Amino acid sequence: MIYLDNAATTSVKPEVFEAMKPYFLENYANPSSVYSFAQKSAKAVEDARTQIADLLHAKTGEIYFTAGGSESDNWAIKAIADLRKEKGKHIITSRIEHHAVLHTCEYLEKQGYEVTYLDVDENGLVEIEKLKAAIRPDTILISIMFANNEIGTIQPINEIGKIAKEHNIVFHTDAVQAFGHVPIDVETMNIDVLSASGHKFHGPKGVGFMYLRKNIRIQPLVHGGAQERGKRAGTINVPGIVGMGKAAELAGQNMEERIKYETELRDYLIQKIKDTIPYLKLNGDEKKRLPNNVNFSFRFVEGESLLLMLERAGICGSSGSACTSGSLDPSHVLLAIGLPHEIAHGSLRLTLSEETKKEELDYVVDNLKEIIEKLRGMSPLYEDFLKGERENV
Amino acid sequence: MYSEKVMDHFTNPRNVGEIENASGVGTVGNAKCGDIMRIYLDIDEDTKIIKDCKFKTFGCGAAVATSSMATELVTGKTIYEAMEVTNKAVMEALDGLPPVKVHCSLLAEEAIHAALWDYAQSHGIEIEGLKEPKDDIHEGEEEEEY
Repeated sequence: MIYLDNAATTSVKPEVFEAMKPYFLENYANPSSVYSFAQKSAKAVEDARTQIADLLHAKTGEIYFTAGGSESDNWAIKAIADLRKEKGKHIITSRIEHHAVLHTCEYLEKQGYEVTYLDVDENGLVEIEKLKAAIRPDTILISIMFANNEIGTIQPINEIGKIAKEHNIVFHTDAVQAFGHVPIDVETMNIDVLSASGHKFHGPKGVGFMYLRKNIRIQPLVHGGAQERGKRAGTINVPGIVGMGKAAELAGQNMEERIKYETELRDYLIQKIKDTIPYLKLNGDEKKRLPNNVNFSFRFVEGESLLLMLERAGICGSSGSACTSGSLDPSHVLLAIGLPHEIAHGSLRLTLSEETKKEELDYVVDNLKEIIEKLRGMSPLYEDFLKGERENV
Repeated sequence: MYSEKVMDHFTNPRNVGEIENASGVGTVGNAKCGDIMRIYLDIDEDTKIIKDCKFKTFGCGAAVATSSMATELVTGKTIYEAMEVTNKAVMEALDGLPPVKVHCSLLAEEAIHAALWDYAQSHGIEIEGLKEPKDDIHEGEEEEEY
């Protein structure tokens, strides 16, 4: 099997699993207990907090553990909206955010908040001038993702952070796809709140965190015990947190080499697909892009068919076609970058990891070429195109 | 997600292609929603039996499989008998479809009807129960709320 869906989830690294194991089998104590046996668990959780904070250039006390990226996004946005409602009720976000952000914003609209959904350019970049123009005296929060999960575009976070700071607006970024993959510095980037998820960087599933700048005091997400400084009650997921901490540490250790390796592989795959298959479009920015993300739209074919065929060749990928979402509309991200529906349906996302080998990519391209030819061979759109009844776009 | 039969018809679709000078051609669906089916029929002038049926489909696995199955089911039938090849019949022949894919089987039925309509129109024939195809199979379908 060739797994090229690392934006969906990653494998747990063996070192991560080994680090977690004792907290299932031996040190199973509840870290909130008083005996010294429990202190081992408590210390492990705090060590993980430091491992994560270090990678963000944050302070240990600014990390709150959650159950994942969606929870962190929900909490961050709702809590900041609530905290600053006296100042104003206007939020700025983008059209290409993850649904965890978009649907939270839509929920807040029903609660009386106003939300500006910024358009993005054809590469998926937020335009700074549009952001500036959207800011109002009652703007309390800007929530812009660090990097997009579908097309990999990395936003101008430095500039956005600077603008937010100048206007005294809280800046939240959904960094689920970016944390552990590219450098993040919450200080120099002026990030106030950040969401991330363990399983996107070779940690376990079901655990994530929210970074929250120290001077911002929000309401608890879960009321109950004193866990997470009283902000999120409930017995702590010790093994999950330990695993995520270890994964963050490992991600930090080889980030530079990994980015270099993945970027080379990514660009190799992009070029090879472009050289091999006609009538396609690379989605997302060519350079301001996650090192592991490749996303193409192939004309005249539909994404789900493509994925099913790839699976038969042992290749796992993903698509933004409607048929993979269960609705009639293709991905909101692909539509937001201006793709016509028909072309958005033919998208394929391949996301690499440091374990991906060049030979695997050669195999993928060989199969992809054959599959696209086969699907186009039975596509009425391609038939019309060849007869000149459908123009090239 | 899909039954073995669906996967079989998806990976080895029967009757893919075009028929030159076909007796009837029907195209339904729209690319906006991600599926288009085109059916070609070769009909015997005397017996009104469908001698050959070919298809081309842009769409998901279920769209391809239902097209393939529909062509198999109508081949050898008269144009009147072909009306019995409903979306339900196509679905049953495929051992079922996931609920979100039922519309694909409707599309297959519509495509057959559209090709029959094309033939009936050019030959001045009336087929009981056959209506003029809609321009867009998704017409009238409300967008799902979430």
